[in-house]
Amino acid sequence: MSTEGGATGYIVHHLTPLSVGEGFWTLHLDTLFFSAFLGGLFILFFKTVAERATSGVPGLAQNIAETLVEFVDTQVKDSFHGRSPLIAPLSLTIFCWVFMWNAMDMLPVDLLPMIGSLMGMEYMRVVPSTDLNGTFALSISVFFLIFFYSIKVKGLMGFAKEMTCTPFGPKMMPFNLLLKTVEELAKPISLGLRLFGNLYAGELVFILIALLPPIVQPLLGFPWAVFHILVITLQAFIFMVLTIVYLSLAHEDH
Amino acid sequence: MSINATLIGQMITFTLLVWFTMKYVWPPIIAALEERKTKISEGLAAAEKGQEEIKLAEKKAKSLLKEAKEQSAEIVSAAQKRANQLVEESKDQAKKEGERLLEAAKAQIEQEMLHAKESLRKEVSSLALRAAEQILKEEIDKAKHQDILSKAADQLG
Repeated sequence: MSTEGGATGYIVHHLTPLSVGEGFWTLHLDTLFFSAFLGGLFILFFKTVAERATSGVPGLAQNIAETLVEFVDTQVKDSFHGRSPLIAPLSLTIFCWVFMWNAMDMLPVDLLPMIGSLMGMEYMRVVPSTDLNGTFALSISVFFLIFFYSIKVKGLMGFAKEMTCTPFGPKMMPFNLLLKTVEELAKPISLGLRLFGNLYAGELVFILIALLPPIVQPLLGFPWAVFHILVITLQAFIFMVLTIVYLSLAHEDH
Repeated sequence: MSINATLIGQMITFTLLVWFTMKYVWPPIIAALEERKTKISEGLAAAEKGQEEIKLAEKKAKSLLKEAKEQSAEIVSAAQKRANQLVEESKDQAKKEGERLLEAAKAQIEQEMLHAKESLRKEVSSLALRAAEQILKEEIDKAKHQDILSKAADQLG
């Protein structure tokens, strides 16, 4: 349990990342480690399958991978009508990676931090999507891609025109620019905050449940965990679908 | 809840992951899926074609069977016809042969009869002659009465 004593201390302890450095150059080692580790798992699994992929009868691993790939591919084909070698793999990566981040939530809240403390690590936050840096890293990368594709497809002038002349025509140029800027900035912010908020709140509830007497814990912990299976998948799915939608909007020429 | 350099680290990781997926994961899996799709559709097409072929072959076999039946019926009827003809012919021939044999037998009988008559006549005449000779003995000169004798012989015939 807590080293500082009391419920508040316990909660704060659980939500404090293991970090090094000062100011902006602080690094959350736990976020970096777990996301990279999960990314490694993702790559390992899919790379193995991709290497052995046959058009014959698929094995279990290939079946799982193919189900995911087809699921993502369908989503991409449904909302994105252009041709892009990037969007589908990007969506697959986002979906799987975010799903794995979120799934860390299902581990008992004290398990990994306890192991960590045995190894001398004072703090540990195991769910990368409860770190704003993690979710914003994804959403800002997506934002850059939106920016890049908007300019690539519409040209610099086309993009400038879209930013200044819609939705109210050239006469309202400064107002249009303000509106569009807010609209574009709202995309990564809402994308990142939505995922962070859901998972942070979820993790917080798990921590609160862990503070209850042991007999009551399963009564609340079990339903919340079951509910979280849905949240985990749903949030990964929403992140992916919105990415596809934003990128297809970027490809659309008005 | 501070935004810090972790963000940059995460973005680098993310970029690497996306790049890797794009380059090494997505294409082979999609290729395998596509290949399987074509294989399945080809298989289905082949199955359909096979079924069609079976239908065609069945049809052909039926028509062949029908033809063979017709042919065999034809052959049987022709053979029957020929057999009837043969029987008829042989009957005719037998009849003719019989008639011929009968004719020949009749002719032979006729001839035998003639022959017998002739020989009988000769014998009777010679018998009569001998009887007359016996009766008359030396009174009759053969040379002198030859004429009478032959007339008598003629009358016997």
